[in-house]
Amino acid sequence: MTALISSTGFISTLILFALGAIGSLLAMKSDRISGAIGTTAALLGSVLALTIGSGALISHTPIALQLNSTLPLLSFSFGIDALSAFFVTIIALIATIASLYAFGYIKHFTPAYRLGRLGFFYNIFIASMLLVVTAQNIVAFLIAWELMSLSTYFLVIYEYREQTNIKAGTRYFIMMHVSFAFIMLAMLLLYRATGTLGFANMAPALTTASPLMLGAILLCALVGFGIKAGIIPLHIWLPDAHPAAPSHVSALMSGVMIKTGIYMMIRIFFIIMPTPPLWFGLAVLTIAIISSILGVLYALSEHDIKRLLAYHSIENIGIILLGVGSALIFLSLGLPALAQIALIAGLFHTLNHAIFKALLFLSAGSVVSQKHTRDMEHYGGLIKYMPVTAVSFLVGAMAISALPPLNGFVSEWLTFQSLFAGIIHGNSMTLSIAFTLAVGGLALTSGLAAACFVKAFGVIFLARPRSEEISHAHEMPLSSQLSMLILAALTLIVAVQSSFIVHTLASITGTFSAFSNTASAFSSQPFTITLGAGSAISMTMVALTLILAILLALWIVSLIGGRRRVEVGTTWDCGTPLSPRMEITAFGFAHSIITVMRGIMRPTRQSSVEYQDANIRYFPAEHSIHFFTHDFATTHLYRPLDRTLARASQIIGRIQNGSVNAYVLYMFMTLLALFVVISLGII
Amino acid sequence: MTALLWTLQLALIPLFSPAAIGLTRSIKARLQNRRGASPLQPYRDLWKLLHKDEVLSRDASWIFRVAPFMVFGTTLAIAASIPLLSLSTRTHTNDLLVLVGLLAFETFWIALAGIDVGSPFGGFGSSRQMMLASFTEGALVLSLFALAIMNGTTDLFDIASAHSTSGHLFTVPLIVASISFGIALLAETMRYPFDNPATHLELTMIHEAMILEYSGPRLALMEWAAANKYLIFIALFSNIFLPLEIAAAGASLSAVCISAAVFFIKALIAVFAIAALESSIAKLRIFRLPDLLFTATVLSIIAIVLAL
Repeated sequence: MTALISSTGFISTLILFALGAIGSLLAMKSDRISGAIGTTAALLGSVLALTIGSGALISHTPIALQLNSTLPLLSFSFGIDALSAFFVTIIALIATIASLYAFGYIKHFTPAYRLGRLGFFYNIFIASMLLVVTAQNIVAFLIAWELMSLSTYFLVIYEYREQTNIKAGTRYFIMMHVSFAFIMLAMLLLYRATGTLGFANMAPALTTASPLMLGAILLCALVGFGIKAGIIPLHIWLPDAHPAAPSHVSALMSGVMIKTGIYMMIRIFFIIMPTPPLWFGLAVLTIAIISSILGVLYALSEHDIKRLLAYHSIENIGIILLGVGSALIFLSLGLPALAQIALIAGLFHTLNHAIFKALLFLSAGSVVSQKHTRDMEHYGGLIKYMPVTAVSFLVGAMAISALPPLNGFVSEWLTFQSLFAGIIHGNSMTLSIAFTLAVGGLALTSGLAAACFVKAFGVIFLARPRSEEISHAHEMPLSSQLSMLILAALTLIVAVQSSFIVHTLASITGTFSAFSNTASAFSSQPFTITLGAGSAISMTMVALTLILAILLALWIVSLIGGRRRVEVGTTWDCGTPLSPRMEITAFGFAHSIITVMRGIMRPTRQSSVEYQDANIRYFPAEHSIHFFTHDFATTHLYRPLDRTLARASQIIGRIQNGSVNAYVLYMFMTLLALFVVISLGII
Repeated sequence: MTALLWTLQLALIPLFSPAAIGLTRSIKARLQNRRGASPLQPYRDLWKLLHKDEVLSRDASWIFRVAPFMVFGTTLAIAASIPLLSLSTRTHTNDLLVLVGLLAFETFWIALAGIDVGSPFGGFGSSRQMMLASFTEGALVLSLFALAIMNGTTDLFDIASAHSTSGHLFTVPLIVASISFGIALLAETMRYPFDNPATHLELTMIHEAMILEYSGPRLALMEWAAANKYLIFIALFSNIFLPLEIAAAGASLSAVCISAAVFFIKALIAVFAIAALESSIAKLRIFRLPDLLFTATVLSIIAIVLAL
């Protein structure tokens, strides 16, 4: 066991993924073999990575792996320190379960699409995520990052015969490379400021760097990694790309891939950089509030189940950043103990979101695989035909809505507590009001999230089927059911064991230099999280109280109530025949909230009437109303940007006129300009 | 002594909540020049319903069958976690955010049950309920946070005890916060101007729409849970916002008796106030309600700023 937690173990993991990738490519001819090779290798590799990651986390053994070369640019170094170990554990955990799910799930792509291609990119994708969170120098990191973006691009366009997927893929590709440009810039600036490529050696040199340089690095990193994480308004790739990919890949993308952005933000903001300025923390907090509220609002207006989940990822990234942003503010105020609590809240929510979002994507995948449409309005009543999927989705929905006693509640509690500390300890009125607004925003977000998931669960699983096909739906293969049930159990286990996880996170963050002298804000009691100023919570107690109280309710009814008959009748609807059209639709359910929020959402409607006779407009044949809610980023930011770019390139295009004489003139003028510049001593 | 206090803590809300509802109804009847039913009528209703046969919809899944137990159980769990008659009964579930979370849990299950039978009433009831609940959450959390900030803790028991010993009673931030909490109370317990607890008119109802398909014991549980929630909010209001006298941890029996007497007087006043309010205002249009809730949220923010 301990022998595994070493660089040898890490290399063997990578070899497993490589074998899976190459094997499924070689066996491309047979879908059965290539599917089996790809999935098995991914499963084994993920289990091994899970062992290594959690082992390194518990035994506090850092792992280092150096591939040296005489050229500094070709020396790669990888290593697992405490923060990396945590993210390796999350990635490997979700990858293990997604791969288990894939055994039963991927069959429905055949024979339309080749499984060999899926296996190839799937293995590369998982391996590259592991490399991203273990890379310890700039070159290794950039290569791993690009590998991750490219492999997911091919996974997004896996079902390439559908035009929308190609469009989503292109958008993803463009946004990832904008992100890459910013990341590259941040990395080059880091290199320029420190003169070293290794992340570990950067911190001392940066303490003397100029504030301008530090600010530029911080902003470039925030934008670059923010695009990957999906913060608003840089999120436009996310709601298109996540739904397009196969569902187990969506689970990985939404559950863990976007967290690599969070990982690098934490590494740069808290480990590499010296204490960031106050404005930067406030900026992160503002982005967090906007992302969480708008994310959940756009999710409410969606009726495509996977797009809805994708928008919820944006919301949850916002909640994670609430923790990170508060931590940055506390650090710049000189309150490291509070900063540690806030950062732990963010990291805990990262873990929780990975678990319940993967659960939701996997169960959504099971639903979609039955009827091949992502539009929720076509489902209904699935709970009777897919009971396991329904329970999984319900548990995931309760966890993401932050309902006790599940895991989402614990990390939101920690986030609320750090915001609460911010209101009290913020040294100016502006800061206190900012934190108060953040509390209000978080409360609104979790309320709206609950509304959104009542909608999603109710419309898909409850009431009567909306079409005949639904009643032929059947449960997924056993491996897929098992993987969903494991995740559902994890939401409860993580919550009940939350004090253990909080202590693990405290020791991870304790290794950061910013918190090295901080006494832990948590007192160690089993099953209870106690924060300094007398705020304590025991999720075990909450869970037990709830379960006992529900049993008590059962007992009271059997005690008081006599012997009764239970009859089955029809739903009362004033006597007309029941039809599925009487059930509330996803659109109808959310419409009241969207109407209230119309100032932000700006819904538009188009109505049209067709008449029986166009000349005599007395008898309408058909009325139709179309409602739209457009993402404001698309309409107000990207479309104008797109137009400006097109116009600018037209103007620049005039320079390239095809005449050789003109080109010679350009060269001559450039040379002349250079002479002038140099002779005047400007450079 | 501890056993006695715990029995009181657990039994108080479910035992007296039907009386709170009955009393509100009969005060309202008097204010409207009617004689009205006896305040004990809700007990008779519950008893009758618990002994009746039950009709379940063919379309209902297990969610519909389980929901009443979930909802009623949650109100019991909340009743076990808030300060009622003494401060000795604390556990590690007393945080104000646990309270808010459990309330959301309860709402979530009622709303699911409303959709499950596939009738238009249930669906619209759930939709309206979730809209109100999501906008109430901000006001609820922030008004409780205002108190938490005054006392430096988010633990409801600590707030109640710090509050009853410090002379914070009629300060401006507290009054502003309690107005905000009062609005949240009306919204959460589905009273006027948010919902009409006595209506069965489809266009106006929210809570009644969601539980329309229930009958027999399950209906009894749903009604009883709504009554529990009503008394829970009254208890919160009187013990957190007006903690005149609440027996400290390890207090003697006489102190507990005094605190019980004070509690009942405060609850009576609250019930009377709600009944008077319900008789004097009209129900608001559904799309006017969020404005009221946003007002409550803003009031809480003002309270927090004043308390800093």
